[in-house]
Amino acid sequence: MNRRALLVLIASTTLTGAGMLAFGPLAHGQIGDFAKQERGRQLVAAGDCVACHTAPDGKPFAGNRAIETPFGTIYSANITPDAETGLGAWTEAQFYRAMHEGIASDGRRLYPAFPYPWFTKATREDVDDIRAYLRTLEPVRSVQRANEFPWPLNHRIAMAGWNGLFFTPGEFKPDKNRSTEWNRGAYLVEGLAHCGACHTPKDVFGADKTSQSYQGSEVQNWFAPNLTGDSRTGLGGWSEQDIVSLLKAGHNDRTTVYGPMAEVVKDSTSKMTDADLKAIAVYLKSLPASPADTPAAPAGNVMSAGKNIYLDQCSACHQLGGDGVKNIFPSLKGSAAVQSRLPLSVVRLILNGGHPASGPGSPNALSMPSFGWKLSDNQVAAVATYIRNAWGNTADPVSATDVKDLRQRVEAVNGAY
Amino acid sequence: MAQRLPSVDVLLVGFGWTGAIMAQELTEAGHDVLALERGSWRDTGTDFAPSFIQDELRYRYHGHLFEQTAQETLTFRNTPDQTALPMRRLGSFLPGTGVGGSILHWNGQAFRFLPYDFEIRRQTAARYGEAMIPADMTLQDWGVTYDELEPHYMRWEELCGIAGQAGNVKGQKLPGGNPFEGQRSKPYPTPPMKQTYGPALFGEAAGSLKLHPFPCPSGNMSQAYTNPLGVSMAPCTYCGFCEKFGCGNYSKASVQTTILPVLMQNKNFTLRTECEVTRINLDASGTHATGVTYVDAHGNEFEQPAELVIVCAYILHNVHLLMTSGIGTKYDPATGQGTLGKNYCYQLTPSVDVFFEDKVLNPFVGAGALGMIVDDWNGDNFDHTGLGFIHGGYIAAYMTTGRPIETELLPEGTPKWGAKWKQAFVKNYLTSMSISLMGAVMPNKVNYLDLDPTYRDVYGRPLMRMTYDFKQNELKLQDFALGKMADIAKAMHPREIKKSPRGPHYDIVPYQSTHNTGGAVMGVSRRESVVNRYLQHWDVSNLFVVGASAFPHNSGYNPTGTVSALALWAAEAIRSQYLKHPGPLVQS
Ligand SMILES: Cc1cc2nc3c(=O)[nH]c(=O)nc-3n(C[C@H](O)[C@H](O)[C@H](O)COP(=O)(O)OP(=O)(O)OC[C@H]3O[C@@H](n4cnc5c(N)ncnc54)[C@H](O)[C@@H]3O)c2cc1C
Ligand code: SF4
Repeated sequence: MNRRALLVLIASTTLTGAGMLAFGPLAHGQIGDFAKQERGRQLVAAGDCVACHTAPDGKPFAGNRAIETPFGTIYSANITPDAETGLGAWTEAQFYRAMHEGIASDGRRLYPAFPYPWFTKATREDVDDIRAYLRTLEPVRSVQRANEFPWPLNHRIAMAGWNGLFFTPGEFKPDKNRSTEWNRGAYLVEGLAHCGACHTPKDVFGADKTSQSYQGSEVQNWFAPNLTGDSRTGLGGWSEQDIVSLLKAGHNDRTTVYGPMAEVVKDSTSKMTDADLKAIAVYLKSLPASPADTPAAPAGNVMSAGKNIYLDQCSACHQLGGDGVKNIFPSLKGSAAVQSRLPLSVVRLILNGGHPASGPGSPNALSMPSFGWKLSDNQVAAVATYIRNAWGNTADPVSATDVKDLRQRVEAVNGAY
Repeated sequence: MAQRLPSVDVLLVGFGWTGAIMAQELTEAGHDVLALERGSWRDTGTDFAPSFIQDELRYRYHGHLFEQTAQETLTFRNTPDQTALPMRRLGSFLPGTGVGGSILHWNGQAFRFLPYDFEIRRQTAARYGEAMIPADMTLQDWGVTYDELEPHYMRWEELCGIAGQAGNVKGQKLPGGNPFEGQRSKPYPTPPMKQTYGPALFGEAAGSLKLHPFPCPSGNMSQAYTNPLGVSMAPCTYCGFCEKFGCGNYSKASVQTTILPVLMQNKNFTLRTECEVTRINLDASGTHATGVTYVDAHGNEFEQPAELVIVCAYILHNVHLLMTSGIGTKYDPATGQGTLGKNYCYQLTPSVDVFFEDKVLNPFVGAGALGMIVDDWNGDNFDHTGLGFIHGGYIAAYMTTGRPIETELLPEGTPKWGAKWKQAFVKNYLTSMSISLMGAVMPNKVNYLDLDPTYRDVYGRPLMRMTYDFKQNELKLQDFALGKMADIAKAMHPREIKKSPRGPHYDIVPYQSTHNTGGAVMGVSRRESVVNRYLQHWDVSNLFVVGASAFPHNSGYNPTGTVSALALWAAEAIRSQYLKHPGPLVQS
């Protein structure tokens, strides 16, 4: 092997890289902006911009990922600095207006699938830093596809009405009575990290039910769990460190992340600084518990059927007592995800299985196998009901109809097994 | 015409166990590595999940994870005067195909060889005189010592989380371990597995005979374990579907459970599956590999240039590829000249079945490496004077499985079918077990590999021809060992025992073990070996050949510990010496 050739190659790419930044025709940033761009890079990670702005197999940030909303399909924008099809021609002020008010450079209103109701909380300085970072990306030519919306939502003017009803622009206002760390956490959670976009239930207009903030919600046929202080279905029993570990590595001693959140961990939270993750944990731990509910009791015969299925199919990994194996197989006992208000994630994992998050610091990727081809709707309902009510767990029973319904909805998106 | 692709730094032929080791070691050191694997991508949750892997018919008998003889096979004969015929069904050995190779469906019996093995010729002659080595036994030293390999054995055990009880740490003898083992730098990374009733009875009996029983070092996890790369494995459930199956519980060391999750995140690693290498290409001088030719799943042919080629395709394919690429000098059994194909060895595995009247052993609670071992008659751990053979083997009482189709231990005189067969099956299923020998096989002048003159593979290349039989050394060792095994069996106070010897001629049909060795052996000189002590080809210095093909003889243990230690040892030489100064690492 010719190591010298390799070194020369590395050296020359570094030089052209730097050359482009300083003098190239697309000289968006100046060398001295490095600190600003680096801050921007971290904020872009916190905002998980790459997730929505990258199509499967597409170039990062070049847009055109289809985003399913309850109202229709939206295609994300190209946010690389391409002058024609990306943000290349946008001024700092235009970019801030988009982030702050949800209005594009040409004055069109953006749909709130672009989470400007959260991004509005970001400070002007942070938004400028984000732009500075985005302008260091390789410009990619990629024309945004037209959204697939039914009338009247295809008229963007409709968004003016929506905004009037549900959207108040305004940067985050720190709470003087709270610690700097809490405020930092609140700023991220309420703002760039836009946690509520998934974890807060929505009304028929797709707007947050603010009275139920962070109490968990349905997203793409998964259930984004309750993040409030409820000790059964929320984070009440979790330590700050549990939250940090989960966001950093995709798993902790208690549980493992699957579904859309696995992507969030991979692209966003695993790349955030430990200090920011800690701040998020501090803020989340301060959320008051959601009001207690009283789940219905499961039928005895369903529980005994579920127990037998559990012994045969699940106990090898999750163990007889449901406590799993630390950091390897998630515990079902005491699990908030298992006892969640809606059983979507549990049932869906049993039906389809899933691949967890994994990142450089946590290479483990122990997937959950699928059982949908093997267990009937009744059997899935029984075992789901069992794990939601065994070992001290309590949650509403799952019916065969719930399972059938979810099976059909997931198959409609993913195809049959 | 093959399409020519851009050149790569390091090219691996085959992505099984040694391929993964090489890929990890070389990407970690910053090199760009491309692996070409003939089989498909495989992932625990999708391809061998616990929801369906316990399918004996599909995996054991239809060989779902094994290589397919319609794609690649070899011809076989016992002796050079016979005509070899193609092996149309796998039998005696079961090599794998696909990401992870054969270690995906291995047992996990995880041994080191003895210091004696690496200097077998010198030490045998020193203790018993040259006359102890028959003229037709092509016995030779390996060119590397146990002490040189020790850190690499250790690294392998740590990667795989091997569960065991050490017997000799830094010269200190430890109770419950193997007192005969070479000196270890550290204990095993995890404690031994819990033994079930059968192996425990064997251990007691062996102890009563003043032997030294110890638990089999195991690649089935005795507890949760996280390896130095940060990859975790879960505790074994003793499900009994190890050997010939993938583990759905992430409990058995394999490429998927130890290295792959990290490797797939390394940006300088590329894996191309369903790409079968058909030839290693040389330049006009014949001393430099320019890359390989491969065929993808659509039948398209590509030429992949590379600076360094490492062959990790399992012993049989390593040797075949060298032969069909015309690299090295073919071994000629008539003259003893040439090296490529010589010293093909296998394993000798007779057993003694033990039947109890009243002891319920529950064989369905099992694991691939669950068992107790005695090493008192392995290697040169005992005096061979007057015995007429050298080396030996370990004696084991394994409880690997109670799978219903395969598990059939029946006493002498049981009919092969009908009501009497059924009665005997029911009576003995829960109350019988087997004691087996992992017998060493010494190289012989007329046990070798070459190309078949008649039969060809799907690419039109001649099939490899295997000429192999048990020789006097093996048959005498077998007689001796069966006596010792019967002694232990009797000390377990059974109702009856049954000896099941192998041979006298080797039969390629019944399954015995996937422990093929030799054919591209390592050694101290180019006159007697294909690769040098670093597994570098003597004639083509940018070609390394990794795997049990390098073993000059086969020891009385399972091979993968030594296969792995040699791979790690070669990887270190490539990292620290070869890539800094490409060229021969040993002057001949
Ligand atoms: C049933 C069974 C039980 C076993 N039990 C034990 C045990 O308990 N203890 C023990 O020590 N060992 C055991 N082994 C042996 C162990 O599996 C092997 O020693 C080990 O896998 C060898 O590693 P390798 O890299 O040399 O070959 P492999 O792991 O087989 O990898 C070779 C890879 O190369 C690929 N390949 C081959 N030819 C080509 C080509 N031309 N182009 C591209 N790719 C190619 C193959 O598809 C394969 O993936 C067992 C094996 C089997 C089959
Ligand atoms: S016996 Fe243990 S290691 Fe083997 S397949 Fe079963 S769980 Fe896996």
